[in-house]
Amino acid sequence: MSENKHVVTMLVDNEPGVLSRIVGLFSGRGFNIESLCVAETIDPLISRITLVTRADMTILEQIEKQLNKLINVIKVRELAKDESVQREMALICVKAAPEHRAEILRIVDIFRCKVVDVASEHYTIEITGDEGKLAAILNLLKPMGIKKIARTGIIALLREPK
Amino acid sequence: MKLTGAQILMEVLKEEGVDTIFGFPGGAVIDIYDELMKTDIRHILVRHEQGAVHAADGYARASGKVGVSLVTSGPGATNAVTGIATAYMDSIPLVVITGQVPTPLIGNDAFQEADIVGITRPCTKHNYLVKDIDKLARTIKEAFYIARTGRPGPVLIDIPKNVGSAVFEYKSLGEIRMDSYNPTYKPHKKQLKRVADLIKKAEKPVIFAGGGVILSKAAEELTHLARIGLIPVTTSLMGIGAFPGLDPLCLGMLGMHGTFRANMAVSDSDLLIGIGVRFDDRVTGKIDTFAPDADIVHIDIDPTSIRKNVPVAIPVVGDCKDTLAMINQILDKEKLADLDEKRRPWLDQIQHWKDTKPLAYKQSEVIKPQYVIEKLHEITKGEAIITTEVGQNQMWAAQFYHFAKPNCFITSGGLGTMGFGLPAAIGAQMAFPDQLVVDIAGDGSIQMNIQEMATAVQNKLPVKIVILNNRYLGMVRQWQDLFYDKRYAATDMTHAPDFVKLAEAYGAKGFRATKVEEVEDVLHAGLESSETVIMEFVVEREENVYPMVPAGASITEMLLV
Repeated sequence: MSENKHVVTMLVDNEPGVLSRIVGLFSGRGFNIESLCVAETIDPLISRITLVTRADMTILEQIEKQLNKLINVIKVRELAKDESVQREMALICVKAAPEHRAEILRIVDIFRCKVVDVASEHYTIEITGDEGKLAAILNLLKPMGIKKIARTGIIALLREPK
Repeated sequence: MKLTGAQILMEVLKEEGVDTIFGFPGGAVIDIYDELMKTDIRHILVRHEQGAVHAADGYARASGKVGVSLVTSGPGATNAVTGIATAYMDSIPLVVITGQVPTPLIGNDAFQEADIVGITRPCTKHNYLVKDIDKLARTIKEAFYIARTGRPGPVLIDIPKNVGSAVFEYKSLGEIRMDSYNPTYKPHKKQLKRVADLIKKAEKPVIFAGGGVILSKAAEELTHLARIGLIPVTTSLMGIGAFPGLDPLCLGMLGMHGTFRANMAVSDSDLLIGIGVRFDDRVTGKIDTFAPDADIVHIDIDPTSIRKNVPVAIPVVGDCKDTLAMINQILDKEKLADLDEKRRPWLDQIQHWKDTKPLAYKQSEVIKPQYVIEKLHEITKGEAIITTEVGQNQMWAAQFYHFAKPNCFITSGGLGTMGFGLPAAIGAQMAFPDQLVVDIAGDGSIQMNIQEMATAVQNKLPVKIVILNNRYLGMVRQWQDLFYDKRYAATDMTHAPDFVKLAEAYGAKGFRATKVEEVEDVLHAGLESSETVIMEFVVEREENVYPMVPAGASITEMLLV
C-alpha cells in the first residue's frame, strides 16, 4: 500500500506534557510526522493540534486509534482535502538584488502576498496558502536566492455544511 | 476537613478499598509513610523497588484488584520502571505512587530527582505529576479509575514532597467520570449477529483466548460459548487458565512454544475467534501464513489491538465478558443441535493431532524439568497459584501445569521480565494467604530478584520456589543450540550460589534433588512446609523446550521432540 500524506486534526487538553505524549507516541511506534501545529482554541483548556503524517491506510488507522487512546486526547479525525480548508503560512527571506526587485514585487502581487520586511539586500515575504501555492512561489523565488524560510506547517478545519 | 496531602492520599486509598501496599521508603515519601503507619493498610517492605511493583502486579493478577506500590523519588522511581513496563505490556491494573522533590526544586537536578513522568510516559496507561494540592484527590481517583477500567494498565502518580505536606480542605469525590476517557464496554449488536452466523456456518472453528478474558473475568462465558458451539479453544500465554486445561476442547497454548494441535488447528481453521488477544509475534509466527483460510473475528476492548497485526473480518470493540455473554444469548436462543455431527470431522482431526504429536519429553537418568512440573501438578492437584520467571521454566510451566482456573498462572508475558516470579509470588500470597503459591524459576531468573527472599521470610509468607537449575540461561542457550551452531556465548551460569544454603541464609528452608527418585520427596517436603522454601532441582543441562517454531517461520513449521 502506498504511503500518502494525511492531515490529522485533534483536540487535546491544554496542559503540560500532552504534546510530549503525542510526539512520544509517534516516535515510539515508528510513525512519521511531517509537520505539527499546536495552539489554544477558544476554550483555554483545550488546544488544537494539526499534524501531517505520511502513512498507508493501515498505519493511519493505527495512528488515529492510538491517538484516541491517549487520555488527554479528546477527539481525533483525518481531514481529507476536499472536505476541509487547509492553509499554511510561510515567511520567506529572499535576496533582493537591484535587478530582481521589480520581479519579486510582481510575484508578490500575483500571489497576493505581502512584503513584511525590507532590508538593503533582502525582502521578507509573508504568504498564506495551500501546499501548491507555497510550492509555486518557492519555485519562482528560488533563482533569486532564498536566504531563509520559516513555515508553520498545515493547519486545517473541517468545512461546515453548505 | 483540613488534611495534608499525605492524609488525603490515605483517605482516597481507603475509599478505593486498598488494603495492601508494596513499597520502599525514602526522603521524598517520608511524610506519606508517616501517615501510612497510622492506617490499617498493610505495607510490605520489599528489598528493591522493582520487587515492589512486581509484587503489586502479582497481587493484582491473583486478586483481580488494583495493585498499589509506593516508592521514593529518583532511584526509587527509576528502579520501579521495569515493574511498570511489565504490567503495561500485560495490561495489569496498578497504581504506582512515586515521591518527587519539592515543586520549587523540580528541574534543578536536585538530589534524588528524576523526571519519572517523562521516563514512564511510554510504559504507563497514563501518568500524573501533581503540582497543586487542590488537584491531589481528583488525580488519585482518576488514577484508580483509569487503571481498572477499559484495557487495564499501570498509572503512575508523582507527588512532590511539598504537595504531600501542604494542607487542603478534603471532601470525598465519590464516583468520578472523565470526559476524554470513555472505554467501550457494550459491543455493536449487529456485529455479534454476524459472529453468531459465522459460528453456525463454520466447519473448522477455533477460539483463541487471551489475557483479556481473564482481566474481564469472562472465563465462565468463554467456557459456555466453547461448549454450546463445540469450538476448540487455544490460548495465548496470558490466556492460560481462561479455559480448563484438561477439557477435551482445550488445545493448549498457541505459538512459538504452543502445542502441535493448537498450531495445526489454527492454521487449518476456517473461523478464528480471537478474544482479548493482540496477535503478538510470538503467537502468529510469520504473519502471511497465519490462519490463511480463516475468517478472523477479533473481540477486544482496545480498538488499537484490532487490525494491528492481522486482517480482521469482523472487528468487535467491547468488553470480553459482556460480548461473550451477548453472543451466548444469541446462540442459546437458536438450535445448535446439529453441530455435533457437523463438528465431528474437525474434532476428530484435532484428536488425531493430539494423539500423534502430544507434548512430550524423553525420560532419562537425569531429572527432566518437565517431569518436575508434571509431579508438581500431580501433587498440588493443579490447584496452586503458579508464578514463573521467564524463559524455559516459564514455557514448561505453561505446557505441563494444566491450569483449571483463571488468575492462577501469573507470568510476565509481554515484556518477558526475568526476576518477576518471586516478587509476584509474594504479591499473590498476600492476596491469598491460605493458598499454595509456587514460583517456578530457573537458576538465572531467580537471581534477578533473589533479595525478595528476605521480604517473604520477614512477612512469614510460605511462598514456595521451585528452581529448575540447569546452570545455563536456558532459553538463550536453546537458541544458540538450534540456530547458532551451539556457540554458547555468555549463557553458562555454572558459578551460582548454593541455593539450599542461600535459603537458609535468608531464614527460609532449602531442599535439593539431584536424582529422579528424589523429586517427589523434595516436592512433598517443600510443599508441606509452612515456611518460605526453595526447592532446587538439578536438571538436564541441555534440555530444550519443544515444540518450537523458529523466529519468523510459520507456526506449522515446528521443531518437535
